[in-house]
Amino acid sequence: MKYVDDFRGARACLALARRINAAAGNSDFRIMEVCGTHTAAIRRFGIPSMLSGRIRLISGPGCPVCVTSDVYLRNAFRMAAEKNVTIATYPDMLRVPAGGDSLQGLKARGADIRSVNSALEVLEMAKDLKDRRIVFLAVGFETTAPATGILALRARKERLRNLLIYGAHKTIPPALLGLGRDKDLCLDGFLLPGHVSVVIGMQGYRQVMRALRLPAVITGFEPLDILSAIHTIIVAARLHKAVLENGYCRVVREAGNERAKALLREVFISKDSLWRGLGVIPKSGLFLRQPYAFLDARRAFGLKEEGTREARGGCLCAGVLTGKIEPPACRYFGKQCTPRKPLGPCMVSREGTCRAFFEVS
Amino acid sequence: MKEYISLSHGSGGALTRKLVHEIFAAAFDNAYLRKLDDASVVTLAGGRYAMTTDSFVVDPIVFPGGDIGKLAVCGTVNDLASCGAEPKYLSASFVIEEGFALGSLRTIVSSMAREAREQKTAIVTGDTKVVPRGKADKLFINTTGIGFVHKLLDTKKIRPGDKILINGPVAQHGLSILASRQGFEGRTSIKSDCKSLWGIVKLLLQEHVDVHFMRDPTRGGVSAAANEIAQSCGFSLALLEKRIPATASCRSLCEILGLEPLDIANEGKMLFFVGESDAPKALRLLRSVPSCRQAALIGEVLSEKKSKVYLETSAGGSRVLGMPVTDAIPRIC
Repeated sequence: MKYVDDFRGARACLALARRINAAAGNSDFRIMEVCGTHTAAIRRFGIPSMLSGRIRLISGPGCPVCVTSDVYLRNAFRMAAEKNVTIATYPDMLRVPAGGDSLQGLKARGADIRSVNSALEVLEMAKDLKDRRIVFLAVGFETTAPATGILALRARKERLRNLLIYGAHKTIPPALLGLGRDKDLCLDGFLLPGHVSVVIGMQGYRQVMRALRLPAVITGFEPLDILSAIHTIIVAARLHKAVLENGYCRVVREAGNERAKALLREVFISKDSLWRGLGVIPKSGLFLRQPYAFLDARRAFGLKEEGTREARGGCLCAGVLTGKIEPPACRYFGKQCTPRKPLGPCMVSREGTCRAFFEVS
Repeated sequence: MKEYISLSHGSGGALTRKLVHEIFAAAFDNAYLRKLDDASVVTLAGGRYAMTTDSFVVDPIVFPGGDIGKLAVCGTVNDLASCGAEPKYLSASFVIEEGFALGSLRTIVSSMAREAREQKTAIVTGDTKVVPRGKADKLFINTTGIGFVHKLLDTKKIRPGDKILINGPVAQHGLSILASRQGFEGRTSIKSDCKSLWGIVKLLLQEHVDVHFMRDPTRGGVSAAANEIAQSCGFSLALLEKRIPATASCRSLCEILGLEPLDIANEGKMLFFVGESDAPKALRLLRSVPSCRQAALIGEVLSEKKSKVYLETSAGGSRVLGMPVTDAIPRIC
């Protein structure tokens, strides 16, 4: 733990925060953290309390369950209600509401829904429960997608017939493009997600960032990581310089993880995908390609296409996910919508913006 | 829509509170219950007594640092101790699943007996039920305890300036259960802190330490206990993250899983609210006990009447420490 403590010392953090505030001077800055784990870390370490009011940290759409569309969830509920189907997914998905229901609600009423921490647990589950159809709800960004890739590879090799994958994997760089160009958001820079960058590397952002011409720093999850990235962005933004830096070089490489990237290319094909709040983003979804398409739950269950339109739920999660409003601006926040009874997905996961706000405000 | 009980109703967080308030407290309503304390103090001929009850359904039933039997005694003893009561008599009821190994039952019962003997409490009555296979999970135990109250404590006695002390590192119990349930290899160094606390409570009371209130931070951890106390006394509390003890192995497991150590259950910890001038003495006394060497002063009561809990983070920032909402779940990304 000594290693982690070095990135957390109060004296170093406060000294860096003072330097940031001095560098910011009298200008306003709007910096978006795209990753939900950053949102949670920023709140957990109390970073906003160290920075001047002129620096706004805006939470982006970086929580996998938050950007998963309503129709996807309804499709999942439909499969869960079928006989002989076991749903396996990551724990956070259980509480995401859609149309007044959730997987947790279905589970309490008798559906077989199990939470897993790794995609490979699903493989064991499929072998143990030979007479049931196992549907894995595969959500997440480039971080969890390679694990789903391994699962698909193994399922094909071992000729598993009772395993299906309902994928909603999404990729970050296409989303950055839309957010960076948004005139309402008017961002001064990005804190780029650390975990995603381990997989896609610096390389993954080059094209997008060349188009956007904004300062962006790949950032770790300790307070000193985050503060030093903010410092770099503010110094660059003052000079109107576009920089792309790797502030997390203890784990992130220029090319990323070649094996994981090769796996993604092998198993998935990029197609347009619907993000809650952001709409359809071109080439931002990972879908199973041949010869893995036999695992696709969409085909096996004849599921409804997720389409291009979203159901309007009344809560303002679209604005929250794009960083246009802060959660308290939503009239349901903290009243009808709380972590124990979430109306929108942003209130579900620890990485969701509303939940992060609710817990510390 | 029809509502159902979900596992979150039993997690000790906000949903449990709601359930207790709306269903149980509303139906059984009386002056004792209204306080919603871990134990209630009743007056009988010959003095004031505290009474409490607790059911134990832990899975696995044997975990590093203890088993369901030891836990069943410690849990009830600690609820009594947090009311300043000396545990006197316990009851023990068992719900056993058909097919449970007799040898395991013997081991668990003898560990209960050992713990009760050490605490000088007698298990004076009990009950046994056996249910068909699959209708219960191995073994459930309920214990009820009666204790003699040595000092009346109340959240109303908490004053601004009071210091908050804890008797050792947090999060050990919850993490040891999680680690053994999930089968994380190489995490055997995390042992449950399951321990009876009457000994240290008695020590502080005997030495006339000005204790205003105590609470054992079990389910929901320090976060839940601190928030409940803040709501009950009306004042805001300030905690210092840096001062809150946690072992290196607990910290690193929490880092890996993305858990907040303050949200995780303890079974051998007590939060003491002590008058400002008596805090150094209380700390010295606690640290004189071998199992409490890491006791620490972790915060204080503020004069602000907002019922909030503030945490000064180890990084030098500050934030509100909220009530944990659901069971601790590992992050997915």
